[in-house]
Amino acid sequence: MEFLLVQALSGLASAASLFLVASGLSIIFGVMRIVNFAHGAFYMLGAYVAFTLTDRFAGPLGFWGGVLVASLVVAAVGALMEMVLLRRIYHAPELFQLLATFGVTLMVEDLVVLIWGSEDLMGPRAPGFTGAVSVFGRLVPSYDFLLIALGPLVLGLLWLLFHRTRWGVLVRAATQDREMVASLGVNQKWLFTSVFALGVFLAAFGGALQIPRTTVSHAMDLSIIVEVFVVVVIGGLGSVTGAFVAAILVSELNAFGILILPQISMITVFLVMAVVLVVRPYGLFGKPEGAPRAAAGISIRPWRPMTNLERSGVAAVVVVVALMPLFAGDYTLSVGSEILVYVLFAASLHFLMTVGGLSSFGHAAYFGLGAYGAALLVKYFGAPMEAALVIGPVLGLVGAVLFGWFCVRLSGVYFAMLTLAFAQITWSVAFQWVEVTGGDNGILGIWPSSWASTPQGFFWLALAIVVVCVAALRMLVFSPFGFGLRAARDSALRSEAIGINGKSTQWIAFIVAGTFAGIAGALFAFLKGSVFPETLGIPTSVDGLVMVLLGGIETVSGAVVGAVVYKALAIWLMSKTELSKLVLGGVIVLLVVAFPKGIVGFLEDLRHRRPKAPGGAGSEGAVDVAKVEAAR
Amino acid sequence: MSALLQVNGLVKSYAGVHAVRGVSFSLNGGEILALIGPNGAGKSTCFNMLNGQIRPNAGSIKLAGEEIVGLPPRTVWRRGVGRTFQITATFSSMTVRENVQVALLSFHKRLRSALGYAGAAFLDEANKLLALVGMEAQAGRPCGELAYGDLKRLELAIALANAPRLLLMDEPTAGMAPKERVELMRLTAAIAREKGIGVLFTEHDMDVVFEHADTVMVLNRGELVARGTPQEVRRDPHVQAIYLGEGLLYDARHREESAQ
Ligand SMILES: Nc1ncnc2c1ncn2[C@@H]1O[C@H](COP(=O)(O)OP(=O)(O)OP(=O)(O)O)[C@@H](O)[C@H]1O
Ligand SMILES: [Mg+2]
Repeated sequence: MEFLLVQALSGLASAASLFLVASGLSIIFGVMRIVNFAHGAFYMLGAYVAFTLTDRFAGPLGFWGGVLVASLVVAAVGALMEMVLLRRIYHAPELFQLLATFGVTLMVEDLVVLIWGSEDLMGPRAPGFTGAVSVFGRLVPSYDFLLIALGPLVLGLLWLLFHRTRWGVLVRAATQDREMVASLGVNQKWLFTSVFALGVFLAAFGGALQIPRTTVSHAMDLSIIVEVFVVVVIGGLGSVTGAFVAAILVSELNAFGILILPQISMITVFLVMAVVLVVRPYGLFGKPEGAPRAAAGISIRPWRPMTNLERSGVAAVVVVVALMPLFAGDYTLSVGSEILVYVLFAASLHFLMTVGGLSSFGHAAYFGLGAYGAALLVKYFGAPMEAALVIGPVLGLVGAVLFGWFCVRLSGVYFAMLTLAFAQITWSVAFQWVEVTGGDNGILGIWPSSWASTPQGFFWLALAIVVVCVAALRMLVFSPFGFGLRAARDSALRSEAIGINGKSTQWIAFIVAGTFAGIAGALFAFLKGSVFPETLGIPTSVDGLVMVLLGGIETVSGAVVGAVVYKALAIWLMSKTELSKLVLGGVIVLLVVAFPKGIVGFLEDLRHRRPKAPGGAGSEGAVDVAKVEAAR
Repeated sequence: MSALLQVNGLVKSYAGVHAVRGVSFSLNGGEILALIGPNGAGKSTCFNMLNGQIRPNAGSIKLAGEEIVGLPPRTVWRRGVGRTFQITATFSSMTVRENVQVALLSFHKRLRSALGYAGAAFLDEANKLLALVGMEAQAGRPCGELAYGDLKRLELAIALANAPRLLLMDEPTAGMAPKERVELMRLTAAIAREKGIGVLFTEHDMDVVFEHADTVMVLNRGELVARGTPQEVRRDPHVQAIYLGEGLLYDARHREESAQ
């Protein structure tokens, strides 16, 4: 009994920081409709800067002053990011904002290592709160009691700020009706910047408060952001009260989940989230969003199947690639095989994203499930490669059937966050279920059959599978099913009104995409000879997103081009620089801001520019998007 | 014979707003019924309840004697109800013809098929529907670049793709030039009479209403306040009072009188 109470207290203490970060994210979303992926990075920065300041200036003033100044410094950095980056992409689809802020996250990760080194850092204890209090004979750190009190205090202060100050009232008005506030003559730009700074301040404050409790590390950002996403999804995006309640709920579930299911404690939290989303799709305290923005992938130029000439061109390229093993070296061929695997992965995500209009941030789950499916078959059943390649992807399919059912109930950012959360579940299962998956050590010794064991043989195998799968996906785009899927993406209203069951159509698309990703994953396992939890990780999912984006989100075949260019670039970069995340993050940000239509989209624009009447493609596009929005 | 559409005691409130309060009416096949009323009277809300898009708080909607309240829009559509939207809803990434083809594929239950090129399916039927609404020349154009009036025409073609028994048209001619409006309604009326389709439409242009409707119903603040032939409704002092502020009815009557 006493033990349970102590466990509950520890849960409440963890809830404080989680609430701070989540409320910041929620406030930003409520006003600006932006899901700030970089929120975790700001949390981490808050901890690092606070570490440096409290390290330098000792004493109570040094500590508390350091925590406060660190939060303010990071808030200023956030405001700067809002001004130079986010202001440019307010009207872009949500996916672009998520990606841009993810790019910033990547850059921050490398910068942090550059400045503070890669070792974990141990911060000072909080002066005056170094001891412990005995609760029924068990010791609870007194700092925990401070944190427990802090949560409701911050909630109260935020309430006062939003209800009792002019600024707060304006912000709430802006949440309800942005045009109205603009017409009042309020400078919307600065309102946004100040809201963003407040949100970032809360994140950094949450991070800074963690230094007496945990070590400061350069992996803090991803672990918190997933939990924060779960909190805001459960609480309802835009609701501070919701963030408070959900932070407590999640922290307590974590605290007690460890007792019930020590192996896979994350699962309890995600199960609760799934239940909440099914019962209340907008979270416990959330309100249904107004008109959702246009889905990703809506193109102004209708797609058409390839002409015979184009088909011959593609066939010629495939033949040339198939001849590569005759002259290319082993290294080139294994890089080539890896690129091929990613072509299929990107094509499967592209199908979901561009054709289905569903931007998944957790597509790696199905890639990884396919890989683990194949690896487990080899390890536990001694399956030959041929069988594992066929049956392994079934695990990806099963995952997509299960997770997809929940995900397609949502759209936009909620969909993106839920897919991410499910991917993190699978990741944590692979990571924590050591008996079966080997945990961090992975599963080794997944070698191809002898006929495919040479780089040449495997390349041919990969090429054959990838060409067939990509062709099948492309055929599906132009099939009646693909038309129905695009219809559901273009206008949910109209498609329902002509007898299309949008949700079930999207569910099938999710399963198709997951299965093809699983095939790519199974191939990947045999290419590497091993599987590790990273195959399911967030970076893998984002790799896929960047490939689709780089190729061109409005095109039918951009993903293939994007995957080839991106993977080749990434492999080359890795061999050239230590700071690959910094460069990659920079590339993502640049891509989103300057090159949003991708390579193939850009080329198509060039090709179509000449015969166009004057007037400019840009303004026409804007009108089109406005129409799409109005139609929803 | 029972009516094609029989609506009884339909009620819908949003938090604090009584959008529709107890609307009852009936509609026969081949009949053209206009639902008019000032802005915010609850017309669109009625349409949305009729095709299953929103669920009424109370009331019954019988289509050829069968209750359809509680069915989702796609099921209502399968029972033979087509509709157009006040703010057009089309598939902007497709061509005009493809928009109609999707509706036809859905009608023929072919949308689950993964084989074949959908752009080649039901070509003749799609072309025929487009010709019917005068859009055949634009069939290959991207739907995203159509003028608003053309989008409205396309919506009609889509709505006709399932050979409906009942056609719901929410402001079908808004945003069109006056001449186009009369043409489109004339066309709709001709199709409806020929095929015995019941049409319920709403319209702010009283010329269109009084020329084409067999029967006119007037909705005000969620309640039906009058029903009758165009002449009867026009003379109804209650209706005149409602519309006096807007001057619409007065204009229509005035124009008619000066034309005589
Ligand atoms: N989703 C909603 N939430 C709250 N109130 C609503 C909602 N939809 C409609 N209303 C209200 O219900 C009433 C009826 O609206 P409705 O759109 O049916 O009117 P209408 O007769 O179609 O008007 P218009 O001629 O402008 O199209 C209005 O007062 C409107 O503000
Ligand atoms: Mg209306």
